[in-house]
Amino acid sequence: MIGYLIKRLLLAVLVLWLVSLLVFVGTEILPGDVAQLALGQFATPESVATLRTELGLDQPAALRYLDWLFGILQGDWGQSITTKTPVADMLSQRIGNTVLLAGTTTLIATPLAICIGLLLSLGTGGWLDRLGSITILGLSATPEFLIATLAVLLFAVKLYWFPAVAYLSPGASWQDTARALFLPVATLVIVVTAQIARMTRAIISNLLGQPFAEMAMLKGVPRYKIVSQHALIMAVGPLANVVALNVAYLVSGVVVVETVFAYPGLARLMVDAVQARDMPVVQACAMVFGAVYVILILLADTLADLFDPFLTTSRKATGQ
Amino acid sequence: MTQNPVLEFDRLVIAQTSGGKSILNDISLSVAKGEVLALIGESGSGKTSLALSALGRIRPGLMVRHGNVRLAGLDMIRATEQELRHRRGKSISYIAQSAAMSFNQRMRLDRQVTEPAAVHGAMPAMAAIKRAHALYASLGLPDPGQIGARFPHEVSGGQLQRFMIAMGLLLDPDLVVCDEPTSALDVTTQIEVLRALKTGIRENGTAALFVSHDLAVVAQVADRIAVLKRGDLIECASTTEILENPQHDYTRELIRACQRWPVTARDLVAKKPPAAAEGAIEARGIVAGYGSVTNNKPKIEILKGVSLNVARGRVVAIIGESGSGKSTLARVIAGLHAPAAGTITLSGKTLADRGSGRTRDEMRRIQMVFQSADTALNAKHSVGRILGRVLDFFGDKSPGRIAELLEMVNLPAEYARRKPSQLSGGEKQRVNLARALAARPEVLICDEITSALDTVVAASIIRLVEDLRDRLDLAILFISHDMATVAALADQVVVLKQGVVVENGAAPDVLLRPQADYTRLLLGSVPELRIGWLEDTAPGAPAL
Repeated sequence: MIGYLIKRLLLAVLVLWLVSLLVFVGTEILPGDVAQLALGQFATPESVATLRTELGLDQPAALRYLDWLFGILQGDWGQSITTKTPVADMLSQRIGNTVLLAGTTTLIATPLAICIGLLLSLGTGGWLDRLGSITILGLSATPEFLIATLAVLLFAVKLYWFPAVAYLSPGASWQDTARALFLPVATLVIVVTAQIARMTRAIISNLLGQPFAEMAMLKGVPRYKIVSQHALIMAVGPLANVVALNVAYLVSGVVVVETVFAYPGLARLMVDAVQARDMPVVQACAMVFGAVYVILILLADTLADLFDPFLTTSRKATGQ
Repeated sequence: MTQNPVLEFDRLVIAQTSGGKSILNDISLSVAKGEVLALIGESGSGKTSLALSALGRIRPGLMVRHGNVRLAGLDMIRATEQELRHRRGKSISYIAQSAAMSFNQRMRLDRQVTEPAAVHGAMPAMAAIKRAHALYASLGLPDPGQIGARFPHEVSGGQLQRFMIAMGLLLDPDLVVCDEPTSALDVTTQIEVLRALKTGIRENGTAALFVSHDLAVVAQVADRIAVLKRGDLIECASTTEILENPQHDYTRELIRACQRWPVTARDLVAKKPPAAAEGAIEARGIVAGYGSVTNNKPKIEILKGVSLNVARGRVVAIIGESGSGKSTLARVIAGLHAPAAGTITLSGKTLADRGSGRTRDEMRRIQMVFQSADTALNAKHSVGRILGRVLDFFGDKSPGRIAELLEMVNLPAEYARRKPSQLSGGEKQRVNLARALAARPEVLICDEITSALDTVVAASIIRLVEDLRDRLDLAILFISHDMATVAALADQVVVLKQGVVVENGAAPDVLLRPQADYTRLLLGSVPELRIGWLEDTAPGAPAL
């Protein structure tokens, strides 16, 4: 198992290196000259050239890539072109906000979604299942900006229960932070819960159609136990992956929700940086997103393997 | 009607919910206390649906239209979910055909075997474990105190089947329903499991409903036999009565199909002697397996230096248990699996290890027919298109070739327009054969092509293969685990055990005068259609 984990970790490093190549090449291809953009339309060619030299843009791409890569390895993500502050500082603040939003959402949505999925599987084909499945399907098909906008209209504009803008001021009390987070978290919980619950139900229903589930029924095992013990233990692997992908989405793909609530998260930082051609920030964000995907999927696979005695035995057998 | 029956089917009619076609017609049967009743019939006879209805289980897509099933007086069809649950696993239990699929792969065996006790609160957990371990011992499982701590994949198929029997007998039910409990096993394992099952039932005085397609197996355990055909109860009488004095033609047909074993010298007179000419296809010193190859040896060795040759106009059969490497050998010859060492020669010319290294003509000359026609034929294409693709691939433009191919496998030419779903199992297998013949091969590899078919249909496919061998002068490599099929078809028999050839010779020699102990064990384990065969055959060393 340890050997296997090390192998997977090495593989993850390899993947991240490939991601860094893609990110660098990708930002190279993006149109627009950074120096020109930074100095504005009326800059003289001389000043542009000076800035290019200053930023190191006159160096060959390969050299700049290596420079950037070694910088990252030493924790130096470079300097933002627009704000002139270290990228690492900008990131650390935003990462904290994103972890807060994604973490809270995950902690609420995952158990909730799996419970709903299991509950619906209990009475497959019954009225509860049908009603629940239609609701879930409807919610997961509803665009998140619609849910977010409606939530703002209802709870912030009409009822004044929660602030419309989720601005996290440093040093705010936890009550204020909770109030500020409520609407974005609620929006994302709805979206993510619908997704995970739908997948849970599909995975469990599929398992319930298999002979081992029929055998359990013919042994006199009550249905709730077939669902919550026999089927759930088989579903750990696929469920872990569904949850991992949803968490990755919460980290990197929630730019719309962050924008609606003016929430200072990572996704918005990246979109803003792309608009400003602030390449060091874009590259850093892309690397963070890549790393989040790689780590989450590694975690999900490891969890799935822990619950699969077959893999454990065969690895013992082949000495891995 | 017997007195005081444990189980009673009373004029039961089960039909499909869509279309309303009935799959069981007016079945009345009963099982007395301690009695073993066998249900025998081919696939589609409705025997599994009947067996499951005893547990009050009607599979989705089916419904009870009429009649009832009473278990110790309770109407299992109209019982509530609660009432059913209290009986399932306690007064009636189920032993399924495939233990591998019926166990939860992620729970330890002890927990699953004792689960009926846990859910019924029938006995304390420790007592249940003790009872399970006692059952393991009486069923002949090794290390009964420890083996239950394993996961299902950590024991063999035959052992897993015995765990399921232990699970079925745990709470001393009044009735066990056994659905083809030994059909998925190798013959040598089948005999052991059959013996264990019979002991288990007899020791506990349990009544049993024993479902099978194999009359020879049923004859070893049943007190009475009920014959089912397409949902109708054809006849039901004591085992002796059925075997010695069958009333119905269909029963006689089933008995005839079973009497192909054991073979006698007279059955084997038509065998062709080994060919003097060199083999059309020749395998020499084949080593193959899985995992990285070091020193011409793969990490997991399946074939350990296998040599054989097949001459044109001859059928060479490979027999052996699952895991012996039969299918791997076929795949190596066909170029689907690269060997770690050894060579394959086709009419004296050495072939590349991989199919990708062989010329199109070399590929054309070796064709393979797979076990399952259902997965080998594209369900969306018509038969004509399936065959046409092969003809196009090899640039065969002869007019009327598709009709000719269908004629070769005894199918009418208009079948070209049909889709596989419109064909029966036997017809699909014929199309599967025609697909291979479309390439005009010299060598035909048949991998278990009759094992998914009913005995009567399988017999007609065997006759067809025999006919094709003579008509097209084919060299046929025939892989099978069914000795009766091999005896009917093979001119030469190769016995494979764990990747090694233990015996290779003319069919009459190997089948009547086997030299290797393993061959004797294999042949002696095939059930014979007579009462008492199981008792006459000593464990581990069958009498000959």
